Amino acid sequence: MHRWNPYLVGVGIGVLSWAAFAIADKPIGVTTALSQCSGVVARPIIGSEGVRANAYWARNPPAWDYGTLFLFGIALGSLVAAAASRDLKIEVVPAVWRERFGWSPGGRLLAAFVGGALVMYGARMADGCTSGNGISGSLQLAVTGWTFFITMFITGVATARLMFGRGRPHG
Amino acid sequence: MGSNMAFPLTGSAGLILAVAFGFLFGLLLERGGLANYNTIVNQFRLKDFTVLKVMLTAIVVGGVGVLVLHHLNLAAYHIKPANMLGVVLGAAIFGVGIVVYGYCPGTGIAAIATGSAHALVGLFGMLAGGVAYALSFPWIDAHVLRVAALGKVRLPEVTGMSDWAWFALLTVAAVLVFVAIERIEPRR
Repeated sequence: MHRWNPYLVGVGIGVLSWAAFAIADKPIGVTTALSQCSGVVARPIIGSEGVRANAYWARNPPAWDYGTLFLFGIALGSLVAAAASRDLKIEVVPAVWRERFGWSPGGRLLAAFVGGALVMYGARMADGCTSGNGISGSLQLAVTGWTFFITMFITGVATARLMFGRGRPHG
Repeated sequence: MGSNMAFPLTGSAGLILAVAFGFLFGLLLERGGLANYNTIVNQFRLKDFTVLKVMLTAIVVGGVGVLVLHHLNLAAYHIKPANMLGVVLGAAIFGVGIVVYGYCPGTGIAAIATGSAHALVGLFGMLAGGVAYALSFPWIDAHVLRVAALGKVRLPEVTGMSDWAWFALLTVAAVLVFVAIERIEPRR
């Protein structure tokens, strides 16, 4: 169904940021909480002791706190929005990938896994992702926010050029 | 943090707010078409500028409001330390990853909820990436994060230009960018 105007969605996220700062004292962010979740995943591998002893997870211990509940809220909000607008559908190979690499799901799923790992590793090294650095950091005029935004845009465009080529004017 | 807050919310009220704010964020991402692989990848192919429109608008609108709230002592800033080598390297890796995955972390989670199976596989990748980062953290901390560490700096301090001047400049720049991309963006 018809999407909302992107400028209005941007205004909505901006206003949501006001509330997030003023009421919750927590800027919008995703990957700090995701790294807490990865601590849970690591428990069977390196043990609870290993997770507790890790210098990184000691700073971001796995817990049901504001950050992880915010992630749960994202999934819930997206589910309700998609259901209300008949936008729910099982998708394995999206259209843009299919046009370039074909129907086979193997390559797409492998790329999703590897890309997901890169996204998370990069976001943790930069101390924030598109939300925490790109939006919340940039709106506070943080040096990290704008550095992140501009740098990831450059390597993203270069990666898209390598993967998809110049492409036709209408893709 | 938040010592100058008028009404700091903690405990269970804060946790309910977390779900509520996350809900609104997820709803906006989905309705904006951002919980969609094609939208994200086509931004980096410079064929669909939805991501840029949403982000720049959110930054300008959000930033002006948070600046006012900050002046009224109703909001505290949360500035991340500018460990420049870490931010540049991390963002560079992130830019590759976002195109290969087709989502950023937030939009990936939103996409899983709409039925994207490949976004779910990517979540497992993100968790693996999180494990890899935590395990390599001592080395990264010593060799990357301490290089060109400028502290919690903001553009007004670095440039000597005021907050208001920055937002005036960003607003003009955003409007010019929007006018330009509305002209060049392929019609769908």
